[in-house]
Amino acid sequence: MKLALGPHQYYWPRQAMMDFYADVAESPVDIVYVGESVCSRRHEMRLDDWFDVARVLAEAGKEVVFSSLVLIESESDLKVLRKLVGQPDFRVEANDMAAVQALIRAGHRHWVAGPTLNVFNPETMAVFADQGATRWAVPPEMAREAMDGLLAACEPRPEVEVTAYGRLPLAYSARCFTARHFNLQKDTCEFRCLQHAEGMPLKTREGEAFLTLNGIQTQSAKVYNLLGDLPALQASGVDVLRVLPQSAHMPELLALFRRAIDGDIAPADAFAQSQALMPEAPCNGFWHGKPGLEQYVAAA
Amino acid sequence: MTATPPIELVCPAGSLPALKTAVDAGADCVYVGFKNATNARNFTGLNFTDASMREGIRYAHDRGRKVLLALNTYPQAGNWPEWTKTIDTAADMGVDAVILADPGLMRYANRTHPALRLHLSVQGSATSYEAINFYHEQFGIQRAVLPRVLSLPQVEHVIKNTPVEIEVFGFGGLCVMVEGRCSLSAYATGESPNCNGACSPGKHVRWEQTPTGMETRLNGILIDRFGDDERAGYPTLCKGRFAVGDDTYYAIEEPTSLNTLELLPDLARAGVRAIKIEGRQRSPAYVQQVTRVWRAAIDRLKADGERFAVQPEWMTALNNVSEGQSHTLGAYYRPWK
Repeated sequence: MKLALGPHQYYWPRQAMMDFYADVAESPVDIVYVGESVCSRRHEMRLDDWFDVARVLAEAGKEVVFSSLVLIESESDLKVLRKLVGQPDFRVEANDMAAVQALIRAGHRHWVAGPTLNVFNPETMAVFADQGATRWAVPPEMAREAMDGLLAACEPRPEVEVTAYGRLPLAYSARCFTARHFNLQKDTCEFRCLQHAEGMPLKTREGEAFLTLNGIQTQSAKVYNLLGDLPALQASGVDVLRVLPQSAHMPELLALFRRAIDGDIAPADAFAQSQALMPEAPCNGFWHGKPGLEQYVAAA
Repeated sequence: MTATPPIELVCPAGSLPALKTAVDAGADCVYVGFKNATNARNFTGLNFTDASMREGIRYAHDRGRKVLLALNTYPQAGNWPEWTKTIDTAADMGVDAVILADPGLMRYANRTHPALRLHLSVQGSATSYEAINFYHEQFGIQRAVLPRVLSLPQVEHVIKNTPVEIEVFGFGGLCVMVEGRCSLSAYATGESPNCNGACSPGKHVRWEQTPTGMETRLNGILIDRFGDDERAGYPTLCKGRFAVGDDTYYAIEEPTSLNTLELLPDLARAGVRAIKIEGRQRSPAYVQQVTRVWRAAIDRLKADGERFAVQPEWMTALNNVSEGQSHTLGAYYRPWK
């Protein structure tokens, strides 16, 4: 089983991002997804900066994948997409059907069907596999049982990647909720996301942490964590675990996942240890076919 | 030069009486769903049986109108046959088009019923001409419904770059999130628009009068609390009041409806082929009110052209049936974003 670092969801200053990926190059991950997938206004990292990061990671032995923008609105978004698809060195994760279309046009045969493509059944997987998708990133809301059902009916079976850690990307909008909070419009947002390294917590009126506002993206408040479910992930034949970036303890988290995958620490112990590294309480409901925010203790 | 065909008015019906009302009030097309999870308005007491569907189709066809079937949720391996069977039934009954979101289902429909017209549902999240052209080239879709995401110039740009007819939302409940890209309801309740055809489903809703006001909860999560002077709204989870920093406010969206009536001439000029009215879960009275106003507006536009002006009584009628009795232009108006 491989370990992947998913695409960065937040907007950080360029140097902070460079430092983050310098640490990642030293970490025990196999695959790193790079690029801006949330908001086209974010420009601290230019496309060339991402290519620099990608080359450093590749030299460190990582498989690098460029993750495409989830919500494409303008012709300039499409231009960036065409550049991503046009480069010959790295795989692309398609997060939108425009990316799929561009990959088909360019004749790519080795791309990743991203979690927002909504692949929920074997027939849709076959549509994308016929067009060159070789890895499937499971939509986070999909339960283990449904995933198993899809895989049992797939021939050939794609490589399967499951989001196993991080605040879950739950929704995308044309509207920017961070700008809205500051009574700003998206077009003149003053790049307020830069001041919120892990988004802005949204609580209910009785103080329960519910969601996280991250620009045009809405995330869970709780941190999805499948470390305790590792035996089930392995039994289902999951090939890759995706961990999503956060601002603190990233090297420790990746190391912990590595040890758990390699069998150097029991999953339950790894889950217990991860508690100290998480910014909020854990949840794993989606994997169990329940509301995502719920937490199920894996049966011993 | 060929004359541009008039904009089609596509109205919702959650029941046979609503369908008849929509047809009688001037809908060109009525969109409907069966009583199961195959469509994105899988609400208790709503939608069509085989018998009511047949009667609805006959009623509409006798009057020269069309019936479009929404089959716009994403099936999974375990329930796939229910969706394909529904497509077969729809083709057999003679619906004028099926509205699909799932590529696997489109391939099935295209191969099994080549004469069946395919529309791309808003749940397909296609926000660019490249995405729409993918569905066109792969499955031969003839129309796409745009998510409520693009500004007016962006809609126009899409239309210029695709052979696919474009349908946009004109009126009704407003999804703030990109349709098909929202798991908020699944996160809170385990039921999602994508897989179950439901958002913030009623069975998870609780209304509670408390000393601090009327509280609305979704699976136990407090969505809003209303003072005695406020009208308590349904707890759709993106339209509650939440605390962010020191402020408690409608952090995602106010309870409001989309209303683009004033943009109708611009939408027509941009080449929009059809206007969709949201609200299969609403009453026949709503369907009648909204259909009448939009029928009148589209006919007036055809007659008056550049001299078209929105009638104040149209806006009053629409505001009366709006969520929160207010309206917005949504993403068509850039500052909304």
